[in-house]
Amino acid sequence: MKLDSKIPEGPVAEKWTKHKLNVKLVNPANRRKYSVIVVGSGLAGASAAATMAEQGYVVDCFTYNDSPRRAHSIAAQGGINAAKNYPNDGDSIYRLFYDTVKGGDFRAREANVYRLAEVSNQIIDHCVAQGIPFGREYGGYLDNRSFGGAQVSRTFYSRGQTGQQLLIGAYGALSKEIKKKTVTMYTRCEVIDVVVIDGQARGIISRNLVTGELTRHVADAVVLATGGYSNVFFLSTNAMACNASAAWRAYKKGAAFANPCYTQIHPTCIPVHGEYQSKLTLMSESLRNDGRIWVPKAKGDKRPANDIPEDERDYYLERKYPSFGNLVPRDLASRNAKIVCDEGYGVGPTGNAVYLDFAEAIERVGKDNIKAKYGNLFEMYNRITDEDPYTTPMMIFPAVHYTMGGLWVDYNLMTSLPGLYAIGECNFSDHGANRLGASALMQGLADGYFVLPNTINDYLASEKIPKVGTDHAAFAEAETVAQDKLDKLLAIKGNRTVDDFHRELGLLLWENCGMGRSEKGLKKALERIPQIREEFWKNVNVPGSADDLNQALEKANRVADFMEFAELMVKDALERTESCGGHFREESQTDEGEALRNDDEYAHVATWEFQGLDKEPALHKEPLVYEEVKLTQRSYK
Amino acid sequence: MSDTINISLKVWRQNQGEEGHFEVYQAKDIDTSASFLEMLDVVNEQLTLNGKEPIAFEDDCREGICGACGVLVNGTTHGSHEKTTLCQLHMRKFKNNEQIVIEPFRAHPFTVIKDLVVDRSGLDAIITEGGYVSVKTGNAPEASTTPIKKELAEAAMDAAECIGCGACVAACPNGSAMLFTAAKVSQYALLPQGHPERKQRVEGMVGKMDELGFGSCSNEYECAVACPKGIDVQNIARLNREFIKASFM
Ligand SMILES: Cc1cc2nc3c(=O)[nH]c(=O)nc-3n(C[C@H](O)[C@H](O)[C@H](O)COP(=O)(O)OP(=O)(O)OC[C@H]3O[C@@H](n4cnc5c(N)ncnc54)[C@H](O)[C@@H]3O)c2cc1C
Ligand code: FES
Repeated sequence: MKLDSKIPEGPVAEKWTKHKLNVKLVNPANRRKYSVIVVGSGLAGASAAATMAEQGYVVDCFTYNDSPRRAHSIAAQGGINAAKNYPNDGDSIYRLFYDTVKGGDFRAREANVYRLAEVSNQIIDHCVAQGIPFGREYGGYLDNRSFGGAQVSRTFYSRGQTGQQLLIGAYGALSKEIKKKTVTMYTRCEVIDVVVIDGQARGIISRNLVTGELTRHVADAVVLATGGYSNVFFLSTNAMACNASAAWRAYKKGAAFANPCYTQIHPTCIPVHGEYQSKLTLMSESLRNDGRIWVPKAKGDKRPANDIPEDERDYYLERKYPSFGNLVPRDLASRNAKIVCDEGYGVGPTGNAVYLDFAEAIERVGKDNIKAKYGNLFEMYNRITDEDPYTTPMMIFPAVHYTMGGLWVDYNLMTSLPGLYAIGECNFSDHGANRLGASALMQGLADGYFVLPNTINDYLASEKIPKVGTDHAAFAEAETVAQDKLDKLLAIKGNRTVDDFHRELGLLLWENCGMGRSEKGLKKALERIPQIREEFWKNVNVPGSADDLNQALEKANRVADFMEFAELMVKDALERTESCGGHFREESQTDEGEALRNDDEYAHVATWEFQGLDKEPALHKEPLVYEEVKLTQRSYK
Repeated sequence: MSDTINISLKVWRQNQGEEGHFEVYQAKDIDTSASFLEMLDVVNEQLTLNGKEPIAFEDDCREGICGACGVLVNGTTHGSHEKTTLCQLHMRKFKNNEQIVIEPFRAHPFTVIKDLVVDRSGLDAIITEGGYVSVKTGNAPEASTTPIKKELAEAAMDAAECIGCGACVAACPNGSAMLFTAAKVSQYALLPQGHPERKQRVEGMVGKMDELGFGSCSNEYECAVACPKGIDVQNIARLNREFIKASFM
């Protein structure tokens, strides 16, 4: 496999403009002769489907949810970045670009990141025009807040429900096209395979989750906008149904997978309560604007937080990183929480929590102001924990949240499988080894509204895409494979539930491929995963049938893929012996315990190619070339 | 601090195209800090291991924002009137040895797909008729050229908080989707961006609501009591004004 990133020539600030001029276009009158399948209706999928339909393409859009509005993007709380510089605090496209490359620990492609920063401003313009109620100041102009990893305020927000409002905007755009019949929406339909004909992605197999029926869909190009794979850990902040299946099956059909070990652990989540726990709840990072993080200075101090006097508290982030303080990037905030807890300073019943304290902010700006900014988050916290964060500090602990790794894509967002595109969280492209807060919404919408609708033209206009029908043998074969797999899962009738296996896998990964990774732990995980997988296929119990709504079967089908995917993730983590961003290899740290990169050997995208079920995947390295930004050891001191 | 309780569940079970019925299950040693859906997870694990089919119910985010969850708990939508979605309801709200009756949302346009899962696609169909601003990607002017009074932006956001769960429909004696529709109409009535299409929007959305068999509003306001997001009934008055205005446009 030869990876060509197709980064345009020229200065970084001119690449995108030039590239747009160079892409071939499809004549407007001819566009309705082309069809595109979009899998996913989150921010990336809905915006892409709507925009391509506006351009005149015939679009089929799929989601397993009962409505496009329920995609996981809806849960994003804090906000979306853009380089508007409305607060006049020194922001610019270049600074947003630089912060993102640096925040990603110099493991992202410069050209992609610059483009992202460049289109960020158009996203805000578009969303305002859609009537998205962003937070405003009394003068009627848009307000901004700050987020980790930046020294400017560039984050636009709608209370604590930014993802909801942006998604409803994109869903509105999609609905507008559904009404015009330029988009056909398939809800409660799960895509379970990508169909490849003569080396091109030409369609999908979908399962109707209500009737169980498998259907075939053909198109000229296929776009995956299927989100991230955090749920491989079982416990994460992602919605329950988030999964890796579409991307994983595309990988098995020839699309390379990049940097699977880059996962993000979010510092501010509600700690795990008990065995029954089904997911973890994020408390938006924006809370770190006003909340101060601390632990008691004495180990095992069991006094209630409010009884611990000021001078017996360790505000460890402010102490270690005076210039960024509580607003250090996520990977640092998370790792430091783990360090203090591992050392025995953690609080709460399990000792796996730190305080996030608003007392000082409430005194400074008043309870009403804090309520206006974070009211819904405080309510959510109260509902889950039964504690009042206005009077007692919140308890928080890191949780798996986002995956920077994903399908490898070139500058056009096309995977290594011609005709197959990947956008939003499901590609690997823009965040390197660590994503800055409020940048995922930006990337999803950049990809969907502005990048893909431009770049896909080039493929449709210049490639020869022969007419095929769903009667092609490749469709029949993919359908048979899918059906066999479902039948097999149902026939096992073992003694353990799907969740039980998923939990076991997740815990193994959390312990060995989570916040800290070592050769020993990774090797142990690599040994265990195939054993768990083998037992899964012998002993899982999936009740019911394949011909109606069967949620256990849906889960089993997804977990079966996680069982395979996990192995690749751990392999990738083992291969990368350096520390970078969210990937902390315990063997590679500075004297002060910070992540130590190894640019000589690892300034590349690790890209894996499927070679067959019983064969080792092949590793290809796409070198990362930095022309604009000088590689430095990240410092937030 | 968490405790455990025992609960007896009377749950509606129904396969597609068949008559439904109640079944009774015991949920033992349920941690009171578990959520309602986590309690159902525990019950489902037991059912599975006993060779029965687990109870089908809908959920996704489990954070009160996607609007996927929602059933009737003891006859109440989302099991509480405290601005809480089902996924955010915790077992500490229940007593030891209590019996809980769980049924799907009952409303004429919401047919049961299986057990507690109902078809709410009618709500999407209403939005399709105009619950948006028709702006194409690329059309937008620079964002700061549209200043909007903070109070208006906040009021629009209050309306925009609707999660589309359908509790308002299930709580309404007429099965009306008036609060749902009004929230969307209001958001755009309050903002200048929504004005060019206000006539088509309100007429299209209300027309669709009628066509799909959602009932009409007789000012019972059960919807606002049931709404987990506290969407205000004032929005219904605003919709009515928009509707009257539209007839003069
Ligand atoms: C709690 C939380 C808070 C967050 N807050 C922020 C924030 O403040 N700012 C920020 O920038 N980012 C935030 N993020 C990250 C951000 O929300 C996500 O990265 C982003 O929304 C992903 O969008 P997406 O469109 O790529 O995927 P998703 O929104 O995950 O959508 C995936 C879509 O694909 C569909 N799908 C997947 N697989 C299949 C299949 N096989 N068949 C059919 N359909 C399929 C799903 O139904 C869904 O429609 C947050 C994330 C979480 C978990
Ligand atoms: S599961 Fe999303 S609102 Fe309850």
